[in-house]
Amino acid sequence: MATRFRTLQGGRGQSNKNNETYFDYSLLFTVLFLIGFGLMMIYSSSSYRANLDYEDSAYFLKKQLQAALLGIAGMIVVSRIPYHFWEKLAVPAYFASMALIPLVLTPLGYSSHGARRWIRILGFSLQPAEVAKLGMVIFLACLVCKMGKRIRTMKGFYALLIPPGIIAVMVWKITQNMSSAIIILGIAVLMIFVASPDYKRFVIMAVLGSAGAALIVFAIVKIANSPELTEKLGFRGLRILAWLNPEAYADGKGFQTLQALYAIGSGGIFGKGLGESIQKLGFLPEAQNDMIFSIICEELGLFGAIAVILLFLLLIWRCMIIANNAPDLFGALLVVGVMGHLAIQVILNIAVCTSVIPNTGISLPFISYGGSSVVFLLIEIGIVLNVGRSIRLKDI
Amino acid sequence: MSNKNKTYNRRKVVVLFFFCAVTFLLLSVRLVDLMIFQSAYYTDKAVQLHERERSIKAARGRILDRNGVVLADNKTVCTISVIHSQIEDPEAVIAFLCGKLDLSEEFVRKRVEKYSSMERIRSNVPKELGDEIREADLPGVKVDEDYKRYYPYDALASKVLGFTGGDNQGIIGLEVIYDEVLSGEEGMILTLTDAAGIELEAASEHRKEPVPGNDLVISLDYNIQSYATQLAKQVMATKEADRVSLIVMNPQNGEIMAMVDVPEFNLNEPYTLTPEYELLRAKEEARKQAVEEAKKAKTPEGEEEKAQEKEPKETKTEEELKQEKLNGMWRNGCINDTYEPGSTFKVITAAAALETGCVTLADTFSCPGFIVVDDRKIRCHKVGGHGAEDFTKGICNSCNPVFVTLGMRVGAERYYDCLKQFGLLERTGVDLPGEAGTIMHQKDAIGNVELATMSFGQSFQITPLQLAATVSSLVNGGRRITPHLAVRAVDETGAQVESFEKEKGRQIVSAETSETLQMLLEKVVSEGGGSKAQIEGYSIGGKTATSQTLPRGSGRYIASFVGFSPADDPKVLALVVIHSPQGTYYGGQIAAPVIRQLFENVLPYLEK
Repeated sequence: MATRFRTLQGGRGQSNKNNETYFDYSLLFTVLFLIGFGLMMIYSSSSYRANLDYEDSAYFLKKQLQAALLGIAGMIVVSRIPYHFWEKLAVPAYFASMALIPLVLTPLGYSSHGARRWIRILGFSLQPAEVAKLGMVIFLACLVCKMGKRIRTMKGFYALLIPPGIIAVMVWKITQNMSSAIIILGIAVLMIFVASPDYKRFVIMAVLGSAGAALIVFAIVKIANSPELTEKLGFRGLRILAWLNPEAYADGKGFQTLQALYAIGSGGIFGKGLGESIQKLGFLPEAQNDMIFSIICEELGLFGAIAVILLFLLLIWRCMIIANNAPDLFGALLVVGVMGHLAIQVILNIAVCTSVIPNTGISLPFISYGGSSVVFLLIEIGIVLNVGRSIRLKDI
Repeated sequence: MSNKNKTYNRRKVVVLFFFCAVTFLLLSVRLVDLMIFQSAYYTDKAVQLHERERSIKAARGRILDRNGVVLADNKTVCTISVIHSQIEDPEAVIAFLCGKLDLSEEFVRKRVEKYSSMERIRSNVPKELGDEIREADLPGVKVDEDYKRYYPYDALASKVLGFTGGDNQGIIGLEVIYDEVLSGEEGMILTLTDAAGIELEAASEHRKEPVPGNDLVISLDYNIQSYATQLAKQVMATKEADRVSLIVMNPQNGEIMAMVDVPEFNLNEPYTLTPEYELLRAKEEARKQAVEEAKKAKTPEGEEEKAQEKEPKETKTEEELKQEKLNGMWRNGCINDTYEPGSTFKVITAAAALETGCVTLADTFSCPGFIVVDDRKIRCHKVGGHGAEDFTKGICNSCNPVFVTLGMRVGAERYYDCLKQFGLLERTGVDLPGEAGTIMHQKDAIGNVELATMSFGQSFQITPLQLAATVSSLVNGGRRITPHLAVRAVDETGAQVESFEKEKGRQIVSAETSETLQMLLEKVVSEGGGSKAQIEGYSIGGKTATSQTLPRGSGRYIASFVGFSPADDPKVLALVVIHSPQGTYYGGQIAAPVIRQLFENVLPYLEK
C-alpha cells in the first residue's frame, strides 16, 4: 500500500504489475475516522437533551449509528459497482430525485423543526434534497461527457446550468430549503468549472454573485433603518440583520448565532475537555446538528477545531488526487462533484457557526446528526472509492 | 487511454482544491480570532450565562464571658424545601411533611403543588428532625443546613448580648456593636446551571469559602451576671417593683462584670412578649390612664389638647403596637433610660466641693430640717433636722441642707464645669447601642434653686451607667474610665485578633480628693445611711439614694445604692436601681441589702 501510495502521489511510478489497481485507504480511513468522531460528538452534544426529551441519553447516537452502519454498507457495495454503471442510471436518477421532492407535500412527507423536508418510505425517513444532490452530480457528469466540446460555447455553458437549476428551484420552493438549493447549484458550478477550460466566465460569475449578495445586505440594512418596513423583511432579512449585529437580536434570530459564538469563544485554545460543554445544555439550539462544530470548538478548543478542518482538507485532497488520476472525464467529474459537495458544506457550516455568513441550516458532513445526509455522503464516498479503484497504475 | 482527461481539467481540480484550502485557512483565521483574541470576551459572556450565585453563610463568632463561658453560640438548623420537578409521589411527600413538621395539609399541599423551581416549606427546623427527613430520602424533598444564633442561657444578659435577625445581622446589644467582628464574610458558591437554571451536579463549582466570624470575649462574668440577675429578680418580686437595674463593674478599668435590667427576655425568642413585660406594660398603662383622668378632672380646658394627642395613638396598627411593645421589652434600663439619681449624686457634689476647695472635713454645718434658697424652702428628709454636724456626718446623714450649702459655695459656673470635667455631660461611650445622654440644665439657666436641687441629685437626669462610671472614676484614684464589655476578639484558634481594652482616661479629680471620697463613703456604710451594706471582714464604701419618680406626687420612688469594695482600693463597684418598689422605698433599707448580698458572694469569688 505504501508503495502504491507513493507511486500515485508521484504520478510517474513504475510498476511491474500491469493490472495492479489502486485503493485509497487514506480516504476510507479519514471518512471512517470522521464518522466515529462524529458519533462521539453527537453523543457528547445530544446526551443531555436526549435524556430530557427521550429519557435515553444515547437516543441520537443510536439513530445516527444505524444510519452510519447503513451508509457504510452502502459505501462498500457502491465502491464495488463500476462507476460507469451510474452513467446508465443518470437520467432515471435525475428524474427520480426530481420526483421525490414534491412528495414532501403528500401524506408521505413529514415536518421536523418547523420545516417540511422529509418523506418516510418503508420505515426510513429520507430527505429528498440529499438524494437530489447525488442524482444531480451523476446526471451533470454524464451530461458534460455527452456534450463534449460544446461545453466551450456560451450556449453549452448555460444549457448545463439548466438541469441543476431546475432541481435547485424545486428544493428551494417546494421544501423551503434554500441552503440545499445553494449547495446543489454550487456543486453544479464547481463541476462545470472543472469541465470547462474557461476562467473568465466564472470570475465574472463570482464577482456578480458577490456584488449581488453585498447589494442585498445593503438593501436590507437600509430597510431596517425605517421601522415600518422591518416588519415586511421576512425571516431571511431578519437573519441577515441578526448576523450583522447578533447582540441586538439576542432574543430572536441572533440567539443561535450568539450562543454558537459563546461556545466557540469560551473554548479557548485547548477547550473545556470532551463532554464538558455547557452550551450544549439547552443553551445552543441544534447542538448535535448544524451547530455541532461550535460544540467541538467548546470542548476541544482551537486545536480540535483545526484538526477537524485539516481532516476535511485531507479528504478533499484525496478527492483531488483521485479526480486527477481518474481514467476518464466522467469518473473525474463524479469525484469533483463529491469533492465540491463536501467542500461547500464544510465551508458553509463553519462559516455559519463562526458567524462569517448569515445563519442558514447546513450540516457538517459525516459529523452532524442526520441520517439521510450521512447515508448519501457515504454512498458518494463509495463512488469516489470506485473511481479510485479503477485507476490503473500503469496508466499513470 | 482514449478518454484521458485534459490537462486543463486537472489544473482546474487543483485550482479548486487550493481555493478550498485558502477558504479553510481563512475560516481557521476566524477561529483563531474568536478562540484566542475574543476568547476572554465570549468566555465572560458564557460564564455570566451559566453561573448562578448562591451565598454560604459564615458561622457567626461566639460571645464568651471573661472565663470562656459561651454566652452566644451557633446551632445548626435545617431548612426544608421541595423541588417541584423532582417530586415523584406528591401525596406521599405531603403526608410525610405534614406529619414531621406539624403543618396543615393545606399549607404543605399549596407549596408541593406549586410549579416553581424550589419552594421553602419550613426553616429553623432542628437538626435532628432535619436528619430524619433527609434519611427518609423522598425524591424532591431538600434539606439544607444553616446556622442559627443560639443563646444557651436564654434570658441571661439579654439586653447586653442582644440577638440577631434573619440575615445574621445584629438587632440590639453587643450583636449590633460588634456585628463586623462577629459576622465574618459570607462565602459564595458559583454553580453552573443548564438553560433551565437547574444546577449541574457534575460541574465543578467555583467556591469562595466563607470566613467565620471572630469570637468576642467580653468582661461579663457568667457567675456574677447570674447571681446579680437572681438578686434583681428577687428584689423585684419581694418589693413588687417595676424594674430593677443592677450594674457590676471594675472601677479601675471600666470593665462591666454584670449588667442586669429585669425583666429581661428570652434571647432565643426575642419576638415573644414575656408575661413579666406585659404585666409591667399593663401597670404603666393603668397609671397613665389614672394620671390622665386626674388631669382631666383638674383642667377641663386641656381636653382639646388631649384629643389631639390621643388621635395618633388610635391609628396605630396592631403591628406597630407590637413593635413598640417589643422595643420597650428590649430596652436596657441601665443605658437607654435616664433617671434622677437623687442622693447618690451627693458623691459628685462632694467631689466638686472638695476639688474646688470649698469644703474641708473640718467644716461644720447646721441642719434645721430645711434650707431656704431664694424664696424656696427646701426640706431635708429628716423633718426635725440633723442639727449641728461636720462634713463627714453630713454625708453619712445624706443631709440635704449640707449639700445645698456646698453647691452654693461652689457656685453654678464652677459646679457646671466640674460636671463637665467629670464627664457627666457626655455619654459614657459604653460599647452598647442607644446610650441615652444626660438631660441637664443649660449652663446659664442654672439659678440658685436649680443649683440647690442639682446638689442633691434632682432636676436633671442621667443613666444608671453614667452614675456608676462617674462614681467609679471618682473613687478609683480620680481617673475617668470608659465602661465597656468587649475585651478582645479572638479567631477560631483562640489567638487574639483585636483588643478592645480601654486606656484609663484623664484625671478628673486629684488623688487626694479621691482618697477623701473613699474614706467618706466608707463612713456612709460603716456609720451612716448605708449601714445595711456592711459585710464583716470587708471594707465597703457606698451611698444610698431615694428619689421620687417624675412627675412628682405620683407616690412612686426610685431606691438605689452604689457601693464599692475594698473602700481604699476599689476592685468592684455595683449600682442597683429599684424602680417603684412597694412598701418601704428607702434606698438604705431596700437597695443597700441587695449590694450586700451581691458583695457577700462576689467579693470572695473575685479574690479567688
